[in-house]
Amino acid sequence: MSQKASKRQFNITPWLFLMPALIMFVVYVLYPIIQSISLSFYEWDGLGEKTWVGVANYVELFDDDRFWLSLKNNIIWLVFFMLAPIIGLAIALFLNQEVAGIRLAKSLFFFPFVISQVVVGLVFAWFYDPGFGLLGHVMGFFGMEPISVLANEDTVTYAIIIAGLWPQIAYCMILYLTGLNGLNPEQIEAARLDNAKGFKMLWYIILPQLRPATFIAIVVTVIGALRSFDLIAIMTDGGPYGSSSVLAYFMYEQSINSFRMGYGAAIATALFMIMNIYIAFFLWRMLKSEER
Amino acid sequence: MFPTPLKHRSTAANISYRLAVPITLLIWLLPLLAVALTSMRSIEDINQGNYWGIPSDWNLVENYTEVFKATPMWQYLFNTLKITVPTAIGSIALATMAGFALAKYKFRGNLFLFALFIAGNFVPFQILMIPVRDLTIAFGLYDTTLGLVLFHVAFQTGFCTLFMRNFIAQLPNELMESARSEGVKDWQIFIYIIVPLVRPALAALAVLVFTFIWNDFFWALILVQSDEVRPVTAGLNALRGQWLASWHLISAGSIIAALPPVMLFFLMQKHFVAGLTLGANKG
Repeated sequence: MSQKASKRQFNITPWLFLMPALIMFVVYVLYPIIQSISLSFYEWDGLGEKTWVGVANYVELFDDDRFWLSLKNNIIWLVFFMLAPIIGLAIALFLNQEVAGIRLAKSLFFFPFVISQVVVGLVFAWFYDPGFGLLGHVMGFFGMEPISVLANEDTVTYAIIIAGLWPQIAYCMILYLTGLNGLNPEQIEAARLDNAKGFKMLWYIILPQLRPATFIAIVVTVIGALRSFDLIAIMTDGGPYGSSSVLAYFMYEQSINSFRMGYGAAIATALFMIMNIYIAFFLWRMLKSEER
Repeated sequence: MFPTPLKHRSTAANISYRLAVPITLLIWLLPLLAVALTSMRSIEDINQGNYWGIPSDWNLVENYTEVFKATPMWQYLFNTLKITVPTAIGSIALATMAGFALAKYKFRGNLFLFALFIAGNFVPFQILMIPVRDLTIAFGLYDTTLGLVLFHVAFQTGFCTLFMRNFIAQLPNELMESARSEGVKDWQIFIYIIVPLVRPALAALAVLVFTFIWNDFFWALILVQSDEVRPVTAGLNALRGQWLASWHLISAGSIIAALPPVMLFFLMQKHFVAGLTLGANKG
């Protein structure tokens, strides 16, 4: 590296390499974020004049039951999505053996992740259908009256979350399988000589070594939970009566269907602020490991 | 290895394990298997409520031909391809350059820019939605392939830069230094030394970006409205309204939409997993 030179004088070369990516990023990511935040102080139908309304959108948001319901659903998504790393780890442990055909089994367990959420949504909507879905059949088999889980306000969010967990578990599983591959065999052998096994072994010896995988699994799962949109749009359109809406969907619905861009921007800003907590946490971790 | 390898366990454990794997797999993939079966059912089966049994008639060819004949499915697939391929090329090209700059040059703001690209990855789409839509309209690119591609390139560049920067940082500095002392220019170093060395990363990123963009639904909903541009995800959603209860067609359409990324995954599995599990092995 020509560090002696670059320390004294400005070196343009890295900036030339960075320029195209930076321009695209500023135009399509940074600038829109600032735009959205500023738009949240206006009222705008998307076509006419924008009217400055100060914090009125936020005041309204605070009193809007649909906002709190969406936020509550986001939290339910977050909490239940945390099952993905746990179940993902369980499946990874289950599959971490060397038998004939296990590689194919791993791939088959993983591939729901590759499928579009639109298809996952259609598949599960069908699975849940009270008339002919498998769930209805199973309930009928046990002598229960099949209920329409997607039309019931109390069950709909959970039903969609299960659909969302399916690919998410697959993702976490592959992270843990990679992590399990990189375990230190000497430590495990030493622990085995000390008679550690089963759950104790997992908790004290294995999990600490899997920490990088766990970290990534949790980060992508949190992001996945807060990003949830596709499944809701496909399976329920936020219904019945907005009961399955989350902030991402509520924002879309207000802006695109109700032409309330300013209000939508305020919802988006709220979601962005929540997400920022996680982004800050992730960056802090990432940059800390960078310094080492 | 953990758990204890099976070869150190009893025969009974071995046999039950070999039985348990296919059974769990069957349950895991049950919803998908049912859809695959239903995509081969006849309309009579659907009307009689035979959704889960063995189809009374195998209508594989009829159903899939029907989907391609009665709907713009070819168009949708072709549209998706027109979006995914340029996006993959564009974002990876930009990210390789940016990653090179961030990995191999020391300058003020280096780490800040890197952090910015990482943070950009996690931003919720909704905070970008209205301005990106306005911008696309202002550029005259609403409802065009290029409009979608430009946004996807910009957004995917963040992820790809993170990946590339870490990959290039691992390459030895000596290569560059000796080339530089021979008087080789920086852009030549980039093209003749760096690019050939990052080929495995290029492959991993290409499959990942291709899959992400193939499966994008949200931006297709926001930036596109006509069948001439609409990708297969949004197209499938539109067809759902039109097909109503024709579940054999919906199933066939779903399978068609899901197949290309699934095939790519099985073909390029090693690269795909390498890209996705980046960092799962180290602190």
